[in-house]
Amino acid sequence: MSTVISVKSLVKTYVVGEVEVHALRGVNLEVQRGEFLAVTGPSGSGKSTFMHIIGCLDRPTSGQYFLDDQDVSRMSKDELAAVRNTKIGFVFQGFNLLSRTTAIDNVELPLLYSGKPMKGAARHKRAMDVLQLVGLGDRADHHPNQLSGGQQQRVAIARALIKDPSILLADEPTGNLDTKTSIEVMGIFQHLNREQGITVVLITHEHDIAEYGTRIVSFRDGKVVADKLVTRRRLAQDELAALPVASAV
Amino acid sequence: MSFVMIFRIAFKALSRNKLRTALTMLGMIIGVGAVITMVALGNGAQDAIDSQIQSAGTNMIQVSAGNFAAQGVRQGQGAASTLVPEDAAAIAEVEGVQYVAPASNTRGQMIAGNLNWNAQVQGTDVDFPLIRAWPTQMGAFFTPQDVATAAKVVVLGATVRDQLFGPDVDPIGQVMRIGSHPFTVVGVMAVKGQSSVGQDQDDTVFVPYSTVMKKMRNITFVQQITVSAASATDTSGTADRIAAMLRVRHKIQTGDPDDFMVRTMDEIAAVRKETTQTMTALLSGIAGVSLLVGGIGIMNIMLVSVTERTREIGLRMAIGARGRDVLLQFLVEAVVLSLVGGIVGIALGYGLSQGLTAWRQWPTSISADAVVVAFGFAAATGVFFGFYPARKAAALDPIEALRFE
Repeated sequence: MSTVISVKSLVKTYVVGEVEVHALRGVNLEVQRGEFLAVTGPSGSGKSTFMHIIGCLDRPTSGQYFLDDQDVSRMSKDELAAVRNTKIGFVFQGFNLLSRTTAIDNVELPLLYSGKPMKGAARHKRAMDVLQLVGLGDRADHHPNQLSGGQQQRVAIARALIKDPSILLADEPTGNLDTKTSIEVMGIFQHLNREQGITVVLITHEHDIAEYGTRIVSFRDGKVVADKLVTRRRLAQDELAALPVASAV
Repeated sequence: MSFVMIFRIAFKALSRNKLRTALTMLGMIIGVGAVITMVALGNGAQDAIDSQIQSAGTNMIQVSAGNFAAQGVRQGQGAASTLVPEDAAAIAEVEGVQYVAPASNTRGQMIAGNLNWNAQVQGTDVDFPLIRAWPTQMGAFFTPQDVATAAKVVVLGATVRDQLFGPDVDPIGQVMRIGSHPFTVVGVMAVKGQSSVGQDQDDTVFVPYSTVMKKMRNITFVQQITVSAASATDTSGTADRIAAMLRVRHKIQTGDPDDFMVRTMDEIAAVRKETTQTMTALLSGIAGVSLLVGGIGIMNIMLVSVTERTREIGLRMAIGARGRDVLLQFLVEAVVLSLVGGIVGIALGYGLSQGLTAWRQWPTSISADAVVVAFGFAAATGVFFGFYPARKAAALDPIEALRFE
């Protein structure tokens, strides 16, 4: 197993007005390839700040962050943008799909910002492949407002996968979804993690959602207070089968 | 990201909100359309002056009585009594002069049968049709004999003929009255059309200048002497020689101002051109203001658009767009707005100019220069007014932008 994420004494301090906010106070963490890591903690625990730094949206005040053995903690904004494009696949709570734009066009979006532009036909094919991976091959030409919440989130997951990222970074991906749809979405993450070997980092404040992962890291007051493997892991596939009306959305 | 791609994204973004895009473009369309129309009108007037001068002959020289530049009590042009028919005879002897025609004009009520009309009466000489390259369509111009005897003969302009006798009627030999004087019609001029200032040149009659002087106005002077130089290249030299000769004839001391004015057609044209240019500049300036307002409209909409699409910007940044990519995207959107608006505006300006020509007979001329300048100006407006909103978008923090509600 190789190390995907390696974080050493990560510190992030904000200045809000005249008050210093210590969002992260020395975080050490390693994530291996193929792990399904759930990051939990109450609001204000620093898990969002951690997610921003892991996602290369922000830089740490001090400490180091190695992504695929590359030190990204001191990179320029443009370099970070390139890292986000190639190595990180974001899935957000609010889906963040472009309205009045077809599912497939939404999925293709990250390819437009690649250093090496792909031809239109190649882009289309790649987008179709990932859409099929999340089970939405037949909805490629639908607009977001013609899709259910679960389907929209699956489009967003397809978009996150299209560049073959090193990590799939999901920020409260089930926050806007009902229980059944949540289980389905978690099922997709578990499937991608198990079948494709994709490293998943899931940020959530819901403990039961965290239990879909293989390992749970708990944050409190800017520090890691617990880091343990999940002993009784929830399996979305089994739960869906056990539901009274089991079918796809 | 390739440029084609950026334009594609811009078009897509603009087509998502068609009504707003159309309304924003309308500002540019009106601005560019107005500029094109105004410049076309100005150029048209200019061209008309040019062609009129061509048709009048670039070798025309006008000698008028009086002097605008003189000191002391000054009267309007034509009121001065310093030019006499003998001056015209003397001018005819000056080297380089081909034709000479003194002018003594008046107005009068004209009556023929039960119809009447009011028009200008131009007293002139037999050389007039040659100087103006303006032939008769019926009958003949009056003769030297008519001038010598101050005969009551008249040559009608086409409009006057239409008003007094009816179109296509041959009035030769008929008697009409101008004021209380009976005149015999000897000819009708060919149709000349409008002058560059929109005046109907056919709404006039021609009689011997001597008749106006002696029989109608009872004066001994003429208002103007129109001269045609033999050579177009020696026009100003001929004008100088006429001036020198007249100073001697009028016994003007060295250092005293002239009591007449000698102007070549070029000088007259220059003055009129300047007037037209001032008008064009003024109108274009006003049209330019609407272009400016159109630009501000674009900036306004782009600012609204950036705020509305904050989350989209955050997302684009999260999936790998650099600040530069976002800046370009919004800048190109603004430029596409202004350019498409500009192109439609050019079409509108073209249509409007053609319409004005067809409807009001105003001469218009759309030059390639004006189109290129308007297009460039539209693009520049887009860049100028699009830059600030685009920079604002590019400067957004992706974390904040993603959180934006």
